[in-house]
Amino acid sequence: MAEGQVTRELPLDGRFAGGASVSVRPAGAARRVSLRVPAESVAAVSNSLGVELPTRPGASAQAGARAVLWLGPDEWLVIEEGERYPMADLEGAGVLFAAVDVSHRNTAILVTGPAAADVLNAGCPRDLSLETFPVSACSRTVLGKIEIVLWRMADDAFRVECWRSFSDYAFDFLKDATRGQ
Amino acid sequence: MLLIRCPYCEEERPELEFRHAGEAHIARPENIADISDEEFAQYFFYRDNPKGMAFERWRHMHGCGRFFNAVRHTVTDKFVMTYKAGEPKPVLEEPQEGQSAP
Ligand SMILES: [Zn+2]
Repeated sequence: MAEGQVTRELPLDGRFAGGASVSVRPAGAARRVSLRVPAESVAAVSNSLGVELPTRPGASAQAGARAVLWLGPDEWLVIEEGERYPMADLEGAGVLFAAVDVSHRNTAILVTGPAAADVLNAGCPRDLSLETFPVSACSRTVLGKIEIVLWRMADDAFRVECWRSFSDYAFDFLKDATRGQ
Repeated sequence: MLLIRCPYCEEERPELEFRHAGEAHIARPENIADISDEEFAQYFFYRDNPKGMAFERWRHMHGCGRFFNAVRHTVTDKFVMTYKAGEPKPVLEEPQEGQSAP
């Protein structure tokens, strides 16, 4: 049997774009879960995850290295950047819900800097002013021709979650948008 | 670009996030196996296509994913209101088909 270490390669490893006012770079590996939870199960699932599922539209919640993003009235995206396994934590919830491990379906791009919102607006039609899309806001939306999940992590820092197979397109689109920044 | 209010996201969103999904408030006949071909055709194929206020289903496809209903004026393209799927068809005070647009 062959010996050796298997190392994970992320689709955008080593890529970078940007200038003085913005940087576009891939996020690290993360575990992700697509969650569908009916209202009566929200409390128990929140308990198992260790993060309160936000029920306000467009809200996110964080505890340690784990974040839960509201995507729809009964739908959330869990992102775990630490060592824990959200799927394992959900096992004992004892209530009705659906969880699908989508860790490798998505990859993420971090867009940071004073021009971050402008760069995203090159392909995202949303109003990204702090009044309508404040820090911690999240949403499924579009970037150019693809669907993304956008999450504002700070005034000038966004996380773009996109499907792995679309990640070249997403990165190149954002790279083009950084020209002159 | 049109801004459409999603009743589930509770805010106006750009039209690129949405898909039109046909006429609203069409109930599937409960005795579908018994009705005539003509009655089935009426239910399945025929649509009102009004010039004026139209009741439509829309889906917030690249948002919360939900279907909802909207009242849109087919001449001005103006969205008069949106409401959640399953809520009753609203009674409009605005002038109806054949009258001047608001
Ligand atoms: Zn919505």
